[in-house]
Amino acid sequence: MATTTPTRGAHTPPPGGSGVTSNEPSAWRTRLWRFDDKASPYAYIAPFFLIFGAFGLYPLLYTGWIAMHRVEMTGLDQSEWVGWDNFAKILQDSEFWTAVTNTFVIGVISTVPQLLVALGLAHLLNYKLRASTFWRTVILTPYATSVATAALVFALVFRADGGLLNWVLHFVGIGNTDWGNGEWTSKIAISVIVIWRWTGYNALIYLAAMQAVPTDLYEAASIDGATRWQQFRKVTIPSLRPTILFTIVISTIGSMQLFGEPLLLQGGTIGAVGGSEHQYETLSIYLFNYGWKLGHLGPAAAVAWAMLVLLLLIALINWIVGRFMRKSAA
Amino acid sequence: MTTTSPTKTVPDLVPAPLPASADKRGSRFKLGAGQHLKGGPFTYAALIVVGLGSVFPLYWTLVAASHDQQRVLDNPPPFLPGGRLWSNLQAAWEQAHLGKAIVNSFIVAGCITAATLFFCTLAGYAFAKMRFRGRGALMTAVIATLTIPPQLSVVPLFMMMADIGWGGKLESVIFPTLVGAFGVFFMRQYLLEALPYELIEAAKVDGATNIRIVWNVVLPAARPAMMVLGMLTFVQAWNDFFWPFLALNQENPTLQVALGQLSASYTPDQSIVMAGALISTLPLLLVFVVFGKQIVGGIMAGAVKG
Repeated sequence: MATTTPTRGAHTPPPGGSGVTSNEPSAWRTRLWRFDDKASPYAYIAPFFLIFGAFGLYPLLYTGWIAMHRVEMTGLDQSEWVGWDNFAKILQDSEFWTAVTNTFVIGVISTVPQLLVALGLAHLLNYKLRASTFWRTVILTPYATSVATAALVFALVFRADGGLLNWVLHFVGIGNTDWGNGEWTSKIAISVIVIWRWTGYNALIYLAAMQAVPTDLYEAASIDGATRWQQFRKVTIPSLRPTILFTIVISTIGSMQLFGEPLLLQGGTIGAVGGSEHQYETLSIYLFNYGWKLGHLGPAAAVAWAMLVLLLLIALINWIVGRFMRKSAA
Repeated sequence: MTTTSPTKTVPDLVPAPLPASADKRGSRFKLGAGQHLKGGPFTYAALIVVGLGSVFPLYWTLVAASHDQQRVLDNPPPFLPGGRLWSNLQAAWEQAHLGKAIVNSFIVAGCITAATLFFCTLAGYAFAKMRFRGRGALMTAVIATLTIPPQLSVVPLFMMMADIGWGGKLESVIFPTLVGAFGVFFMRQYLLEALPYELIEAAKVDGATNIRIVWNVVLPAARPAMMVLGMLTFVQAWNDFFWPFLALNQENPTLQVALGQLSASYTPDQSIVMAGALISTLPLLLVFVVFGKQIVGGIMAGAVKG
């Protein structure tokens, strides 16, 4: 990357100038080429920034404006300044805090097991295996499944009456669980859907990182008498640290967005409020409910800003944890 | 101790790139660290358990779609396919506008995939091989956009779409996702290694303009990565639920939206819902069976959940 790219201008002037007439268009062409060189990179990256600006950044700022206004679904072109009222409204709503807690709890109980299992799975896949591509593809199949399909299948699995899981569990005598209506069982059910869909995907990311670890490190470790488990802990995990941090960030952001799983777990109007007691209502469901079911877009926008604040908090925590991890490694 | 380190321009967010090696492009599945160890019976047993867990819910979708509702909710539930698959598929097709939904899904996923491939290859090439002021900062900005959930902007997006007359139309789903940070990053990572500077310089010495170089040098070199990015983007666009569910309506849904409405609107017949789920999943499962290896390789080459 350090090599200097020769400018085309250097090649274009013919050696031994013959006169002004032949030099004139060449100078002009050189300038055109220079412009081409200067402007092209910006032209190539422009579509991304234009699209993101129009449909990502601008709406994000616009959300702040809406959060300060009274905007109803019934009259999208009318707005009325209300200041901080929308924020006050949601912050005083106990349902909002239920949604914050639920999002956080479901995030933790889906992300932590998912990444731990993915790490173990990646370790297994890193062995020399027969049909290794087959195994990798099989564990990735849930990734091909949409949220809607996954949520609907698992809704049947977790049914109280005639559910697949309860039927299996009745053999050990605990087959009467009303999964969707319990405070914890419903959160577990949603986590299972998330874990099912994303574990294989994360395992492949870890596997890629594992294969980038130099073999010498393992050889050196085994010469020093390290067991496989010690090698895994002392060589593999430290080498994977940036990747692990990355998957934590991405999974955390993903868990903030959970929408289809809670919406479809029990379906209908129950799903739209996150359960009969809001026991699995996430922030996305709360936002959807306020904006699209009740039709109050102002408070819905305020929820979006609350999510942004939460996201920044999580980023801050991640950053501190990352710093701490790096320090303890040094 | 740690030898891998993230790329210089994009700190920490990005997984450590695979080390540059000549054989990398040829086979993604080279022997890696730890692979000198052979998997034992325990390894295979564990993989079989996980594999069954991965596949069983999909198999059971098929089973449930081939019985009547009564039988699906029976105790014990059925484990083998029944004989009502065809009639359930037909019922789902009629009840949920699935015909229109399939066409819509293909339009949406097709447009998004085509645009993503074009724009992301261009941007990825610029970030990988061109030198310009602010490159590092701009690339970091691109990566940073990955961390913004769509939830933060759906309210104004909905109002904007209504304002410009795209409310309930496919445009409202297509345009916001025409180009994505993941694709830009993915193409950049690939082109960094796959496209030698000599090739670009040779074209320049021959007097080619930049856009000619893109057409004649970059696009051919990028083709393998474009294949993979195309499949990943298609899967993503096909499966997207949140924004389409808010933006589209009952008369003009994508498959996922139709499926959500089928199960949420009234007391649904579960076997018909499962038939709909099967219809919405089958095209992608087919893609997976055929291109599974490439998709796996693509995710391992630098996947970011986006």
